[in-house]
Amino acid sequence: MLLDYLPVLIMAVFVAFIATMTLFVSSLVRPSRPYPKKNQPYECGVDPIGEASTGRIRIHYFVIAILFIIFDVETLYLFPWAVVLKEIGLFGYIEMFIFIFLLLIGLIYAWVKGALEWES
Amino acid sequence: MLDLFMTIFFMIIKVIGITLILLLLPVPLTWLERKVAGHIQQRLGPMRVGWHGLLQPIADGIKLLTKEDNIPIYADKTLFKLAPIISLIPPFLVFVAVPFGEDVTLFGRKTGLYISDMNIGLLYIFAVAGLEVYGVILGGWASNSKYALLGGLRCCAQLISYEIPLGFSVMGVIMLTGSMSLLDIVEAQSQIWNVVYQPIGFFVFLVAGIAEAQRIPFDLAEAEGDLGSGYHTEYSGMRFAFFMLTEYIVMLTVSVLIVLLFFGGWNGPFLPPIVWFILKVGFFVYLFMWFRFTFPRYRYDQLMSIGWKVLLPLSLANILITGIFLA
Repeated sequence: MLLDYLPVLIMAVFVAFIATMTLFVSSLVRPSRPYPKKNQPYECGVDPIGEASTGRIRIHYFVIAILFIIFDVETLYLFPWAVVLKEIGLFGYIEMFIFIFLLLIGLIYAWVKGALEWES
Repeated sequence: MLDLFMTIFFMIIKVIGITLILLLLPVPLTWLERKVAGHIQQRLGPMRVGWHGLLQPIADGIKLLTKEDNIPIYADKTLFKLAPIISLIPPFLVFVAVPFGEDVTLFGRKTGLYISDMNIGLLYIFAVAGLEVYGVILGGWASNSKYALLGGLRCCAQLISYEIPLGFSVMGVIMLTGSMSLLDIVEAQSQIWNVVYQPIGFFVFLVAGIAEAQRIPFDLAEAEGDLGSGYHTEYSGMRFAFFMLTEYIVMLTVSVLIVLLFFGGWNGPFLPPIVWFILKVGFFVYLFMWFRFTFPRYRYDQLMSIGWKVLLPLSLANILITGIFLA
């Protein structure tokens, strides 16, 4: 059983190894002449003003992330339910119907509140 | 004990083989993409390097290998160096659970054309594919450049938004099969392909898959016109190549999954299974390239409303309708 997941580890290590080796080989053959003017962040040739990664980000990205969490958990619930649906029959179906319905209300609420709008 | 040793030995051979195939496949794919682009736009595409430009990807590879590796002065250097590798690993890991065919006999030993047949195969694929977001967001943030940060955020929001319809759309297939193992799913389609029962599921999966692969019409993350080139604006040389490699492998993953889930996998008459499999996957890869040079790009707000207001309700309705028939 655990043997099914061993290749995951092997593959991760192998890919990381290949990537590192490629970067190493590349570092032997590529030129390296950095100077501050060249390594400034790209901003259409204008000197950059302020830092980009201080966290001044549109709030909408966070709203989307929170909505994602809700529905992703729902996906996780659905996976085992879908596997056994034929055995649990109508009873299981109605239970999941209620669950999806409740989440659907959440989606409609977010929709009405304008969490899904990107204009303005 | 010896048996266990042999199993692990074969496992390592398979892992290395599939990794190398996946690493080399983007080479012909980039050539094909440029040729398709050329002929769709009534030009010839690359012609100079080798016969009909066949060696062009290798020339590109050498160019990328010998390019200077620029690191912006304000960047978070560790994360900046790490991000391409982080984004490279998950698309490979997906292929641990992806089968290419049934059992074959090699060197007197029965072995499957898959690395591992997990009983939670599909769930594993979605879990691992979701990790790709980290490479994108780390790369965009660590560059500390406005274009890269915006591109990273946009890409991240796009990936997580479309992951939900993508996950919901396969639920119908799991219900029909009663299993998450991809081998079982393909076996269940030996008579009739799932696309017949699940046309809505297939449509949602295709659209969400294109968005996950960040291909036109949903390539908002790198929209050349308005973001420089998105989250990899500041990357050059091999690190840039890793991001590109990731995108090609994700495109391949989506094609393979469409074939396995909806188009019967390697099932088909007359020809050997593996030929059918390659033909079907090739068709969908071609379809992606065709789309790229046919459709214009969506606006970002359109992208978001397609994901949340069209695909999500559609895939939920698909689950409920399929459930009624099966329960």
